[in-house]
Amino acid sequence: MIKMHREDYEKILSHAKNEAPIEACGLIAGHIEGKDKIIDKVYILTNIDHAEEHFSLDPREQLAAVKDMRSNGYEQLGNWHSHPVSPSRPSDEDKRLAYDSTASYMILSLMDEEPVLNSFHIEGDTATKEDLVIG
Amino acid sequence: MKITVAGKTKEYEDGITVAKLVELEKVETPEYVTVTVNDEFVESGSFEDTVIKDGDNVEFLYFMGGGC
Repeated sequence: MIKMHREDYEKILSHAKNEAPIEACGLIAGHIEGKDKIIDKVYILTNIDHAEEHFSLDPREQLAAVKDMRSNGYEQLGNWHSHPVSPSRPSDEDKRLAYDSTASYMILSLMDEEPVLNSFHIEGDTATKEDLVIG
Repeated sequence: MKITVAGKTKEYEDGITVAKLVELEKVETPEYVTVTVNDEFVESGSFEDTVIKDGDNVEFLYFMGGGC
């Protein structure tokens, strides 16, 4: 199970809506309790591709986020990005670039009136949806 | 020499390069890794030529990206 606080969800949702149709992206960090990942902080980073169909995290902002995680005692748990006009599922490119099988890959879809956020474990070509709790 | 790698103090022989450190640290998927030394980004083509010095602070940043 992976848990995200409601205010963090609202934070990335608001940012993703503001950025649309450009993909929004960032990192998630927190701690692990047993088999559960608890997100203590979400990071909003710049998509340096500034594209509607791609994202790449800004490495300078990524460096700052990694340092912030360390100073707060957080583990990097994965990343998140938005799909402004496509479903909340990993694309082929998402899978190809998901080289860390321990990470959670969160995808926020804005294609329908009601946003959809899912979290995935990705290993090779196989993406498995993780139990996500927002609250 | 003592250097800091991803926030941890480590001891390595003098004169190692970024490329050697990537190897010694067993960095996975090095083709997707960006390296900083004292917050300066090292061009991927310069890994073999960039020598780590005593007291340096090294970070490995994994490329993260995707599509839709």
